[in-house]
Amino acid sequence: MADTVDARGLSCPQPVILTNRKMKEIGKGIFQVLVDTETSKENISRLAQQLGWAMEVKQEKEECQIILKKD
Amino acid sequence: MSKATQFFGSRWGMISAGVFVGVFAPLLQHWGNPGNMGICVACMERDIAGALGLHRAALVQYIRPEVIGFVLGALIAALLFREFRPRGGSSPVVRFFLGFFAMIGALVFLGCPWRALLRLAGGDGNAILGLAGLSVGIWIGVLFLKSGYTLGRSQKEMKFAGWIFPMVMVGLLGLLLLAPQFGRTPEGVLTGPIFFSQKGPGSQHAPILISLIIGLCVGFLAQRTRLCTMGAIRDVILIRSTHLLSGILGILIAALVVNLLLGQFKAGFSEQPIAQTNQLWNFMGMALSGLAFALAGGCPGRQLFLSGEGDGDAAIFATGMIVGAGFAHNFSMVSSPAGVGAYGPMSVMIGLIFCLIIGFTMREKIA
Repeated sequence: MADTVDARGLSCPQPVILTNRKMKEIGKGIFQVLVDTETSKENISRLAQQLGWAMEVKQEKEECQIILKKD
Repeated sequence: MSKATQFFGSRWGMISAGVFVGVFAPLLQHWGNPGNMGICVACMERDIAGALGLHRAALVQYIRPEVIGFVLGALIAALLFREFRPRGGSSPVVRFFLGFFAMIGALVFLGCPWRALLRLAGGDGNAILGLAGLSVGIWIGVLFLKSGYTLGRSQKEMKFAGWIFPMVMVGLLGLLLLAPQFGRTPEGVLTGPIFFSQKGPGSQHAPILISLIIGLCVGFLAQRTRLCTMGAIRDVILIRSTHLLSGILGILIAALVVNLLLGQFKAGFSEQPIAQTNQLWNFMGMALSGLAFALAGGCPGRQLFLSGEGDGDAAIFATGMIVGAGFAHNFSMVSSPAGVGAYGPMSVMIGLIFCLIIGFTMREKIA
């Protein structure tokens, strides 16, 4: 995937800030966020809900790929 | 399990964690803890520092079982829900000193963010200035965060690394129960190495088992819900999210109700328990703490819960707070009901300068 926000290892609230920034930057479309804590996943899911982005989560062991989409 | 996860992640989960703290903190006070100090992470870590002899302020020395419970309760939750992830290496020295100065700010105000809420819920008007300072400190932290501030990424660590801090807590529990006395004064009188206050706030405590169980429950709930006072204010400013805020409103309202029911509510500014009335330094102390918490990514409670999940960076912050408490008392920085300490204002200014330097210099392009 071309657009990736790598938020692995970053502490709260940086994953949310980076995701939020990306959402504002592209306005709509698709990108992925990589996180490695449940907290980051939950926070990004709340942000996506708040801003109307559809979300798909792929959990791989301790890492998690979140695909965010908005038409 | 997934239903439980869903509930804890919801707004009602967050509110229930806040209400739990808000109900049991005043009850802990009722059962013996000091005034408006049913739960105060900063004060309790300060008492632990004193009990270990890191400072010798005779009135505030006790190994608070609540703190032990916070870490171990979070550990249990993290293990049960498969979130125990030993990690670390995100600017540990910076985090140590953020914890160090956060404690100094908290001891100038006389409380952590939770105690600020509990003091307000007990009618202590001085807490308003503290909460205002806390908010301003966090707001400054948000400005740094928005402009690219970061302490860098943490790395996965070996499993054992994550167990060290919880094991330290088990060790503290042992010291609390055994309270060994094998030190000697020059006159040959038995003293230390564990010190418990005979009078003053350190001598006031609920029964050990009750404190420990409540601590464990709070640790468990807070790990699941991610309850964080600093985060609550930060998220409102940063992303207009009121999720965490609903938790701290739960604390405030529940504590107010329970205080009224128990007859512990006393409105006013003067003669409040373990409080001082110099409003400038109530504000500045908490502004320093708020900034340090924002730069470190969590209030002192949250740092303990993260430590229980295996987060070594949070454990370093908590250790910095405990060491900071030792220095704060030894160097006359702490406030007392008589007013601010001789070197309190100066050390708050040094702490603010430190945090500002960190905020301006620690940044990188990480996207």
